[in-house]
Amino acid sequence: MENPLHGLAVRGVTKRFHRTKRTKNKLRVYQKIINFFKREKEIIRAVDDISLEVGIGEIYGILGANGSGKSTLIRLISTLLLPDTGSIHVFGDDVVTHSLKVRRVMNRVSVEASFFKRLSSTENLIYAARLYGIPAPEAKRKAQQILERLGFDADRMDEEMEHLSRGMQQKVAIARALLTTPMLLLLDEPTTGLDPKSKRDVQAFIEDIRQERNAVIVLTTHDMVEAEKLCDKIAIIDNGRFIAEGTVEELIANTPSENGDPATLEDVFIALTGKQIEEEA
Amino acid sequence: MLSIIRETIVSYAFIERNFNLLKRYLSWEILFFSYSIVNALTIGLIMVGRGSSREVLYLVIGALIWGFLSIMMREVSDAITWERWEGTIEYTFMAPIYRITHLVGSCFFAILYGLLRTGLVLAIMPFFFGEHIDLSNANWLTMIVIVVVSSLSFIGIGLMAAIFPLLSPEKGQAATGIIETMLLLVSGIYYEIEVLPAWLQPISKISPATYTLKSTRAAILDNASIESQLGNLFLLLVIGILLIPLGFLVFHLGEKYAKRVGRLKRSG
Repeated sequence: MENPLHGLAVRGVTKRFHRTKRTKNKLRVYQKIINFFKREKEIIRAVDDISLEVGIGEIYGILGANGSGKSTLIRLISTLLLPDTGSIHVFGDDVVTHSLKVRRVMNRVSVEASFFKRLSSTENLIYAARLYGIPAPEAKRKAQQILERLGFDADRMDEEMEHLSRGMQQKVAIARALLTTPMLLLLDEPTTGLDPKSKRDVQAFIEDIRQERNAVIVLTTHDMVEAEKLCDKIAIIDNGRFIAEGTVEELIANTPSENGDPATLEDVFIALTGKQIEEEA
Repeated sequence: MLSIIRETIVSYAFIERNFNLLKRYLSWEILFFSYSIVNALTIGLIMVGRGSSREVLYLVIGALIWGFLSIMMREVSDAITWERWEGTIEYTFMAPIYRITHLVGSCFFAILYGLLRTGLVLAIMPFFFGEHIDLSNANWLTMIVIVVVSSLSFIGIGLMAAIFPLLSPEKGQAATGIIETMLLLVSGIYYEIEVLPAWLQPISKISPATYTLKSTRAAILDNASIESQLGNLFLLLVIGILLIPLGFLVFHLGEKYAKRVGRLKRSG
């Protein structure tokens, strides 16, 4: 039995995907046909033996390059993928065997603000709120409050989503997640691709939530400054594995500085992964 | 009991959402509606001047009933396709609701939408066919009972077809289309199943549309009573009772597979 005080406990979770092997050589037509039927598979370890614990009121950051396994881990926690091995508990409940109970206390913001693009923000949010048993008038009122705090122009709430900028859509996505007052909030690159103003609005809002609620927040990001500013603890993920975990100070202290200058989180990342982190436009 | 009430209220979310989408895509709806009218007209007009009023009505009933049943079957599957395209399926699947609530909501919408569209087409038909259609002999009560009971089977087929777009939105829509076309071929929509090649006729016996068409035609053309159609109604009920739980089971297995292999995500 997992301790419910660990808002989130991930133990030895692995997720593998099977992908059709691709060849770089130019193939003749008959070879392509043979390959189609042979369909050799390769195994991708998207998440490889990951363990973590996040306490109530903590923000846990996961820092990694594109394709490092961040979003797969978030999908495993959010019951959208089934782990091959290991276990995930949210407030003591297993995400596979008690999926419905877990889903009641959790919500997620993903890098893609997925909505019915021809519906308005209000229509999308009311639909999402109804799925959590929240009546439409309450959903509308709460959504307005959240969106105003995020700097979203309330007059545009009845506009079709496809007419809103990416930053505005992302703010609606955050409102969708917070409408349900989740105890576990999964933020999967919520600020990627946002303009600096929207990015600041969203970051300030995440800080506010931390102060106001005792929620458990998991934040995946590309952004070193964001991770440093918001997270109590950070894990660095590479090729599906956690290669370091600790507070910003601990991670920096364990990395030898070059030229005598104090190391930054970026130095730590490069030293550990050998990669330069790239932010998607 | 409270849980059932809660889930029923939640299922309204899908009905409201789909009607909102319908309003936003009104031009498409007008197009589909026009297509349904033109389809029923062109098929019915084949017999005008060639056959009796009964023969015209025979074809029009086929077009209308097939239109309604295919909406039943397609709408559940289309709702999943739509969610896959928009990328919202992950959020729907993350919501704390039973899958049955999700699918029942989509089925209710399919019934309402099917009735609305078919009802409108039916209302327009007399303006085009005039004296070529004689509905004075129709037993509407029998027809309604048959259509309601038949809906169960088609919802069951729709639930099973919905796993195709769940696993692949592109190929899924095509797969649903293939099932629909197969049913169209074997169910005697525009002809008696006896004209089919002998090897296809056994398949028509297991298609619920075969019995729906037979009984609906009997009700509208020959004033057949409910009692006289009990045999077909019983068969339709049995097929529906078997197909709905089977549809839920197939969808559940498809969802589990999609979660195992990671098919729910659109990107990212």
